[in-house]
Amino acid sequence: MSARAGHPQTPMLELRGVRAAYGRIEVVHGVDLEVPAGSVTAILGPNGAGKSTMLKVVCGLLPATDGDVIVAGRRVNGATPDQLARAGLCLIPEGKGIFPNLTVRENLRMATYTGRSLASIEERTYQRFPRLGERRNQLAGTMSGGEQQMLAMARALATDPALLLLDELSMGLAPIIVEELYAAVAEVAREGVAILVVEQFAQTVLGVADRAAIMVHGEVVASGPPGELARDLAAAYLGGDGGTRSPDGAAIR
Amino acid sequence: MVLAAWLAQGLGPALDASSDVDKFLSFTVAGLSVAAILAVGASGLVLTYTTTGVFNFAHGAIGMLGAFAYWQLRFDWGWPAPLAIATVLFVLGPLFGALLELVIFRGLQQTTETVKLVVTVSLLFSLIGLANWVWDPDVLRRDAKFLSGRGFDVAGVAVTWHEFITIVVAVAVAAGLRVLLYHTRAGIAMRAAVDDRPLAALNGARPDRSSMLAWAIGSSLAALSGILFVGTISLAPAPMSLLIVNAYAAAMIGRLRSLPMTFVGALVLGLTEGYLRGYLSDWTDNNQYFDSTFVSAVPVIVLFVVLLVLPSARLRAHGTARTREVVPMPSMRGAFTFAAVVVAGTALAIPLLTTANAVTMGRMYGLAIVALALVPLIGLAGQVSLAHWSLAGIGAVTMAHLGTGGSPMGIVWAFVFTALVGALIALPTLRLSGIYLALATAAFAVFLDRWVFRLRPFDLPFTDVKIALFGTGSVGVPDLKLFGYTFDTYYRQLMLMATTFALMSVFVVWLRRSRFGRRLLAMKDSPAACATVGMNLTMTKLTIFAVSAGMAGIGGALIGSLQGSTNQQNWEFTVGLPVFMVAVVGGIQRVGGALFAGISLAVLAAMPDWPVLRNVSWFPNLATVTPGLMGIGLGRNPNGAVADMREAFEPLARARAVFLAFLAALGALYLYVVTSDVGAWWLIIGGVVLLLGATAFVQSRARGADTGAAGPQPMFAGDELEWVGIDRPFTPDDLAALDDRLGALEVR
Ligand SMILES: Nc1ncnc2c1ncn2[C@@H]1O[C@H](COP(=O)(O)OP(=O)(O)O)[C@@H](O)[C@H]1O
Ligand SMILES: [Mg+2]
Repeated sequence: MSARAGHPQTPMLELRGVRAAYGRIEVVHGVDLEVPAGSVTAILGPNGAGKSTMLKVVCGLLPATDGDVIVAGRRVNGATPDQLARAGLCLIPEGKGIFPNLTVRENLRMATYTGRSLASIEERTYQRFPRLGERRNQLAGTMSGGEQQMLAMARALATDPALLLLDELSMGLAPIIVEELYAAVAEVAREGVAILVVEQFAQTVLGVADRAAIMVHGEVVASGPPGELARDLAAAYLGGDGGTRSPDGAAIR
Repeated sequence: MVLAAWLAQGLGPALDASSDVDKFLSFTVAGLSVAAILAVGASGLVLTYTTTGVFNFAHGAIGMLGAFAYWQLRFDWGWPAPLAIATVLFVLGPLFGALLELVIFRGLQQTTETVKLVVTVSLLFSLIGLANWVWDPDVLRRDAKFLSGRGFDVAGVAVTWHEFITIVVAVAVAAGLRVLLYHTRAGIAMRAAVDDRPLAALNGARPDRSSMLAWAIGSSLAALSGILFVGTISLAPAPMSLLIVNAYAAAMIGRLRSLPMTFVGALVLGLTEGYLRGYLSDWTDNNQYFDSTFVSAVPVIVLFVVLLVLPSARLRAHGTARTREVVPMPSMRGAFTFAAVVVAGTALAIPLLTTANAVTMGRMYGLAIVALALVPLIGLAGQVSLAHWSLAGIGAVTMAHLGTGGSPMGIVWAFVFTALVGALIALPTLRLSGIYLALATAAFAVFLDRWVFRLRPFDLPFTDVKIALFGTGSVGVPDLKLFGYTFDTYYRQLMLMATTFALMSVFVVWLRRSRFGRRLLAMKDSPAACATVGMNLTMTKLTIFAVSAGMAGIGGALIGSLQGSTNQQNWEFTVGLPVFMVAVVGGIQRVGGALFAGISLAVLAAMPDWPVLRNVSWFPNLATVTPGLMGIGLGRNPNGAVADMREAFEPLARARAVFLAFLAALGALYLYVVTSDVGAWWLIIGGVVLLLGATAFVQSRARGADTGAAGPQPMFAGDELEWVGIDRPFTPDDLAALDDRLGALEVR
């Protein structure tokens, strides 16, 4: 059951009224979202808004308490992370997308569960990120932050995902590296992959995003074209409350 | 081998004659073959620990089971050796490991380290019981090497085939593990799951399968080391399970992480053992302390020392889930009531008890006292000790030697002396915690088992006092005499033990409520935070260890007195494990948990003699295994049995009228049983029926009244303390109750 099998018109990922909780504390209060294939969707929001939690729900690490998670037209609530991963969904978790005590090559070997051979993965990776090729036998944890994030990206891309989820890719990285990574993201999207990017501050992501949404306090408070949303951002951060929407933000919704 | 030869030459003058060199080399070969077995055993242990975070105390027992299974196939059923070995290593071992993972360990991922520890210790205990059940322990199983015969000579040194095969196997295991972990995807996925389990799943790997594979391979390696032992020793479940404890020392040298260092550790241990076996008698000239029993104690000494010298940063626990437990805050009034019920209940029971039952009940309190000693140590301070049974043994021996004529000084000394030994254990192990402390204390206990308790009569150093710890195998323990009153019947002893237990439980509750008790809790919750606010953890830890050890010593002394005599086997490490296990099952934070342990163990021990069960041939075995099964079940209910019971019976105690009626009925039943000659059984059966009936009645009434204001509502519903303030507004009453539950300092 490849996620690619979906009908061209159906979005690759669709959330309908998704709620999620840790114990009894609900932190995602009914999120609706669509991520079409071949595009980059960005979600921005302050720390603690529930963005990472939402991604956990999508990839099966946390069960949704309500609502539907639909990948390529199929409802996937209850699927385990490894099932989803083998079906073509890939998440790079925030800040720790690699195995620090494995070498670069061994990290790439972990991407072979989706069916590609190690040789072809290595070839593609070292072509895209030559710096990783030089460090193939180094322990991943000993590389610089940028190189680690590069490896995480490389590992993700190597699995040939149909749906790619990126959590705060830019965290703690130099702007130049962030731009390099996002260039890769845009390129991958052009190849037909559906990409959902979550960021806190990064305006850079709006440069590559096709659509964007703002999430505050576990709710999507505004969504629309990135250019228009840039204006709402200030309100989202400064107001910090789901109730304070800018007039046009509400209209777009 | 080359190295050894070179070493031998280097030692030149000491070993000038060539026959000496030969001797040295043959000891080296023997040592290497021991090292090989240890390496195989230890590598399996390290594999399961690093991949699943469970330090498997039962690893040795799995190896023992493997050896027995091999023996069964090979010698009892006459299978060809290769077939028997292949069956154990590639079918039974892996299946057993996978089954353990699936049934027991998969559910333990989110539990505390103590729970994991109890479960594996219980597994160790159960497997020993199981082996004794299946394989008649009186049959001698030894002298069956794979290939008998002399083997061959290397540079003039005879190497037996057994030694040769053993060493080859270890090398093959090392190479195989290397390939598995670094060159196969399954192995890389295992290492990946150690780094980051969710991320491994996000990659499409199945971490549960990785764990299962690790357990399968780990069990198979344990079985392999067990099989390699066949022919070098006679198979016996308990000693053999502990023999592989020697491998733990090697694993510790590898810091439970590095396989190469584990192999180095095995090499060091094996060679040490080989040379000591060869030379110790020459060196010490058959010294009264360092005889052959000392050699078998060396691995545990090494284990202890390694634990002490490893840098503490290296000993961080393997990704443990920090689950907060709320330690109950019992009231002093409750403690006095409990003590009064214990003493009065025992006194009332005496007219109904046969002598045998009085002994059982006395033993029950003895075990409960030792378990009670663990309550402040494990329950409050979070310090695990597996040496308490041995400490109780020291108490018994002290009473035997210093309590002559029943002098109460025997008890006093038993307390003082065991307290000192407890402090002695605590002092070097100050910075250890969790499984490392458990291992260190286990090492200490096994060290006593293998060496100190087995010493032939010896002179006390610097004096001319001759000491025979257990006399000529068994030493008499006098009955206590207090103010001219001798506790010389079983009934009197029973009362003495019940009273002691009652007083000690009041003491433990007082301790819990005292400033010191709060310190203990703070230490358990966050040692680092305590240090930063200037608490002196060293003194705190030493004190609690000493007090707890002293309590165990008193328990041991009383058990010794009750038995009349005591011997080394009474205090062996494996004998004492159930006390620890069942106390935790009962609820190690409560005095009631200790009583639960005492009752369970004493009743289980006595049950095979009950008339109804006397002819059931398998029952004694079942009774032996049961504490282990209880411990394994702990994974399902980490709160402890007593907490559950309290919850079940609490409504009855609250419903005043029904409770009084229940007491009255119980009293009437008691009077009837005492005055007529129906058996005491009827009291127990009738009491249970009354209790269940009354509880059911209260519950049905509560259900009838539904939400009506029937009786005072509990301040907090169950464990939902942390929801107050979120669910509903916070009141000053809540604050007071919170303080009480958490034992917080009074705020002025
Ligand atoms: N494992 C967890 N257990 C309990 N609460 C959590 C956990 N992870 C996150 N939270 C809480 O959920 C909320 C949302 O967190 P998160 O999804 O990480 O936000 P974001 O990624 O938008 O910064 C926060 O209030 C956070 O404290
Ligand atoms: Mg986040």
